[in-house]
Amino acid sequence: MTTLSLRKNAPFSNLNRRKFSSFFGNTLFYMAIAVLICIVVGPFFWIFISSISPQIELTATPPHWFPENPTLFRYQALFVGAEDGSTSLPAGIEKFIRGLTNSMIVSTLTTLVCVSTGTLAAYALARLNVPGRNKFMMGILSSQMIPIIVIIIPLYLLLQKLVLMDSIRGLVLLYTGFMLPTVIWIMYSYFETLPHELEEAAMIDGCNRFQALTKVIIPLSGPGLVAVSAFSFLSSWNEFFMALIFTGANTKTITVTVTEFSSQFGVDFGLMATGGVIGSIPPLVLAFLLQKYIVAGLTAGSVKG
Amino acid sequence: MANILRMSKRQWHDTLFTILLLLPASIIMAVVTIYPLVRSFIISLLQWDLTKPNVAHNFIFFDNYRYVLNDPTFWQSVKVTIYFVVGAVSLNIVLSLAIALLLNREFIGRNLVRMLALLPWAIPSVVNGIMWKWILNPSYGALNGLLYSLGIIDKYVIWLGIPSSALIMCILADVWKETPFIMLLLLAALQTIPKDLYEAAKVDGANPFQSFWNVTIPLIKPTLFVALTLRTIWALKSFDLIYTLTAGGPSNGTSVIGYYTYVKTFVSLNLGRGSAVAYVMTAVVAILVVIYQRALYREVRY
Repeated sequence: MTTLSLRKNAPFSNLNRRKFSSFFGNTLFYMAIAVLICIVVGPFFWIFISSISPQIELTATPPHWFPENPTLFRYQALFVGAEDGSTSLPAGIEKFIRGLTNSMIVSTLTTLVCVSTGTLAAYALARLNVPGRNKFMMGILSSQMIPIIVIIIPLYLLLQKLVLMDSIRGLVLLYTGFMLPTVIWIMYSYFETLPHELEEAAMIDGCNRFQALTKVIIPLSGPGLVAVSAFSFLSSWNEFFMALIFTGANTKTITVTVTEFSSQFGVDFGLMATGGVIGSIPPLVLAFLLQKYIVAGLTAGSVKG
Repeated sequence: MANILRMSKRQWHDTLFTILLLLPASIIMAVVTIYPLVRSFIISLLQWDLTKPNVAHNFIFFDNYRYVLNDPTFWQSVKVTIYFVVGAVSLNIVLSLAIALLLNREFIGRNLVRMLALLPWAIPSVVNGIMWKWILNPSYGALNGLLYSLGIIDKYVIWLGIPSSALIMCILADVWKETPFIMLLLLAALQTIPKDLYEAAKVDGANPFQSFWNVTIPLIKPTLFVALTLRTIWALKSFDLIYTLTAGGPSNGTSVIGYYTYVKTFVSLNLGRGSAVAYVMTAVVAILVVIYQRALYREVRY
């Protein structure tokens, strides 16, 4: 990807004109980039600023773009509870840590289950003789069109019957089911890029299929596995609709917890901003660290068409 | 003979291995998507109202569909959904393509820009909703503060107070979140176009617009198709943003079909009608995807 992008814009025919206009062109270009960055980062930066502004500055008109007395009391309140009751913090704030823990557990388990089962299935589809493979892949693709809401009622009834309502296991099952198609699709595209000779050589050397998969293919699938793991973790962490319906007091995830600040405490946007910032940190860290893999993985299937 | 036996044993092993690999994922997907999809259709043909527990779940054929199609609030939500989807998707694709074309060169800070582009995509959509709700807050919001300081508005505006402006704000919030990722997708496609093609076009006397129209567009068409399809599906399914930003209001002005179905099912507790709306919605998604496929995809097979 990077090697291809080293080309410059088409040069202008006249050299002097080229120097002149490229100076202006570059200035304009970097100004445009700066504006874009402000638009992309600005709104999120603003809720961060709000989260460290004291209540008085939060409701100042005009807004204080940079707080004069920045404070971390909301962060402290969310993590260790209010200190000596100095500020009127809403009750139920302790649920926040619970929400973070739940999200961490659900997302980790979903990622594990989803990536392991999805990778195995993708390998079978990419390499082994599966009758009706094309239909299977088409089914997987079209299942991504299904709006979750169309199957939410049967799922509700099913989870009630299996006594999985308000349980981590139930949520992991649902998330896995919804993310498997994408995971299979990405891993399938990834396996397609690996040469068949790899397994053939391993099998000539005396490995069976399973050993060829675990000892040769899986170790070579790092980038693909990183991409699908990041995708699964991020999607489960950010998921809201199913969490809203299927979680209760025990299993509320961070997305549900954060929205409850809004309904219960109406005007406390400062606290919601803080919850939003904290809740965004894990996916942001993951996305920034694994940037290269995520973009490559998620575009692999689609760019090939 | 022994050879054949060994062969068939090996084939048998391979078959068993294939089944074992496919089984876990298939079971999970069958339980979580296929079974509920069938069950949901059956429910949509039943009289099933949780507020009337004593009424039997009679089979009423397409009465639920008939009710839904005669419900003015359903048509209201269809109208809102069309505005939302057309507005959000077209703005999104045009902006993504424009920005991707702009960034498709070497420049200082390229990697930083690509990294930051993942920010809106990575944050939870409920945080996106909360964030914009705070920015658009009529009394303390940053948007009013900024526009007032710049002298663009002379009094604070209640952005989410009237249906039309609330819908526009929902569209903008959605575009903010989804554009950067689609942009990265299109950028990746642009970077696969060989430079020679542009040079050849130039030699043939093509101006930049012509080379854009005749070289760039045809070559990124498959990706454009994917982007357009994905975005339309996502936009049709929008729920999180609407739930947190406007809750469908004011006066159902932002009640997109995803939100309407939620209200029908989990607030009105009418499972039959909820399922019927959901099925209508799925049908619309399916029809749209087929139309896109016909319009765009057939042309790109060289």
